[in-house]
Amino acid sequence: MSEMLSLSNDPLLFISVMVAKILAVFLVVVLIVAYATYAERKIIGRMQTRLGPTMTGPLGLLQPIADGLKLFFKEDIIPAQSSKLAFILAPMMILVPAFITIAVIPFGGMITVGGYQVPLQITDLNVGILYILAMAGLGVYGIVLAGWASNNKYSLLGGVRSAAQMVSYELAAGLAIISVFMLSETLSLRGIVEAQAGSVMDWYIFSQPLAFCLFVITSLAEINRTPFDLPEAETELVSGFCTEYSSMKYALFFMAEYANMIVVSAITATLFLGGPAGPFPGPINLLLKVFFFMFLFIWIRATFPRVRYDQLMFMGWKVFLPLALLNIVITGAVVVF
Amino acid sequence: MANTETMTINMGPQHPSTHGVLQLVLELDGETVVKAVPHIGFLHRGVEKLSENRSYHRALPLTDRLDYLAPMSNNLGYVLAVEKLLGITEQIPERAKVVRVMMAELTRIKSHLVWLATHALDIGAMTVFLYCFREREAIMDMYEKLSGARMTSNYFRVGGLSLDLPEGFENDVREFIDAMPGHIDTYEGLLTGNKIWQKRTIGVAKISAEDAIDIGLTGPALRASGVDWDLRRDNPYSGYEDYDFEVITRQGCDTFDRYKARLDEMRESCKIIHQALAKLQPGAILADVPSVCLPEKKDVVNSIEGLIHQFKIITEGFKPEPGEIYQGIEAPKGELGYYIVSDGSANPFRMKIRPPSFVNLQALPQMVEGALLADVIAAIGTLDIVLGEIDR
Repeated sequence: MSEMLSLSNDPLLFISVMVAKILAVFLVVVLIVAYATYAERKIIGRMQTRLGPTMTGPLGLLQPIADGLKLFFKEDIIPAQSSKLAFILAPMMILVPAFITIAVIPFGGMITVGGYQVPLQITDLNVGILYILAMAGLGVYGIVLAGWASNNKYSLLGGVRSAAQMVSYELAAGLAIISVFMLSETLSLRGIVEAQAGSVMDWYIFSQPLAFCLFVITSLAEINRTPFDLPEAETELVSGFCTEYSSMKYALFFMAEYANMIVVSAITATLFLGGPAGPFPGPINLLLKVFFFMFLFIWIRATFPRVRYDQLMFMGWKVFLPLALLNIVITGAVVVF
Repeated sequence: MANTETMTINMGPQHPSTHGVLQLVLELDGETVVKAVPHIGFLHRGVEKLSENRSYHRALPLTDRLDYLAPMSNNLGYVLAVEKLLGITEQIPERAKVVRVMMAELTRIKSHLVWLATHALDIGAMTVFLYCFREREAIMDMYEKLSGARMTSNYFRVGGLSLDLPEGFENDVREFIDAMPGHIDTYEGLLTGNKIWQKRTIGVAKISAEDAIDIGLTGPALRASGVDWDLRRDNPYSGYEDYDFEVITRQGCDTFDRYKARLDEMRESCKIIHQALAKLQPGAILADVPSVCLPEKKDVVNSIEGLIHQFKIITEGFKPEPGEIYQGIEAPKGELGYYIVSDGSANPFRMKIRPPSFVNLQALPQMVEGALLADVIAAIGTLDIVLGEIDR
């Protein structure tokens, strides 16, 4: 067993490997973000007896690029009455946490580079889950700020909705995760993956089915996807918090939404489905699981109507939270006895 | 407790779900609606006034533009009113009557499809929207075959119909209504049992039977409040008394029951169309009243009498006796009434239209005050308003 590559034993190699890993992960995520929009349009189109994009390139495959270019060249309007700094900061504040959360997701086992062991993960924080929750919490600021800075009543309502929604659902999501690390006895994501490393039956989805369901539903609410897309409910709030945004700033919100989908899918796969475990090489297994969840999210969007604001709060505080607490109690009892 | 203020927002006239150019001034306390004031008039084209300067035949195309989602129902109401004014109601040939009923019911399905599509989309169920428009497209194609236009059909005429059914049209209709109940089951499969849909509609935008009658609510909205009232049965026109159908009433008074009532109405419409197809016999399509109806095209091009006949009607029109009449029909959205005053000239002296949407819209403030912002959207959807008809 050779040594772990670290900053102390070979700084140059460490930094270059790190940069390579970051670039690779970033590129893959950006690509998935772009093609998730394409996939969503194609899949929903299929479900709704239409075709989705077909005109741009073969099978419409260049559509995301065309969309990106179009948004890039649009006039960037900042409303005169808005608070400029917050208005400009908001889209970044929502996109950045979405991207940096990916840093702690393990996407494979160890590989050997230059005689050293290198984990396929950008960094393995020993408080990985707390980091994820913290980043998810930061994302809310972007939306609230966007809603407030736009100086538009619809945006404000969207921002307020998202603040209430994310806070209440983060709590339930956090509590659902607690039962997972009660079993794994570690907060590090790599540790959690290793705890599920045995057979398929060791995956936490089988020992924690309730926590799994809770986490998937609450994360849908956290990333503002149907049926919890209240902050940007088009038919109620025009476009919610991003009503006033145009050009690349709007594109950033859009990218953040899809990046969040990827993040949530990857976290769910890591926590409950053994992360990179599976028949293929690690990263491919993880990607397959991510794609599965993304398909699920898209499918849900094509099927369900939107819940109402008070019903959403009711579900968060009076259904999901008690269920998550109950799950912790049961898990605790099982662990102790 | 800190001082709180209410917030006033302008919903519309440019808003994705006010179904056109309705403006709602909402006073919000958080997300709760304190007060809602609808403002209308953004689509006013003066249809009533315009008709006063047109002969009776030439006023007909204007009615297409009232409720543009159900043009044939508007045509039907108008031609029935003018026929009543002329006293030729009894002389309308059987074939024309049957085709009118058939097309009016297809129009009802078409209008209800748009209602369901937009209502579901407003509440967030995107897929139903496209499914409904798929079926609506089939009806649009029939419209096009029949009259040449997809939206503004202008197909019925005072005295009968403008053209006979094209070849194969009956088969198209039969195919469509055979498939339609299955499609309605699909919509129900996506919505009726859906917990979120139920939560969004049951108990939302309630209106009691007394309030509904006070406001003058008509159509499915009235019947879902438990009032058994349908002009097709209670004041039949165009031969509706010969058809066997059920008037759908429900007791829930809420959005969900209005939804169910309309879906069941579509099923009843399919039944009526079935019966109409069975009744359809070859025959004349225009009443034998030369002073009102245009001659056949072959007479116009082949005989001088026919040409003069046509020329007289086109240039002068016909002149009903002085008097006034009211004719109401059960349009998809409720009671559509035409009140026409004649002074003996070729133009109506006054034409007043009673549009169902206009009257139904009055229930909106009562429905939404105290409810949440999201319920306003559901309430607008469930009233099934069309601004073309409200503003006229």
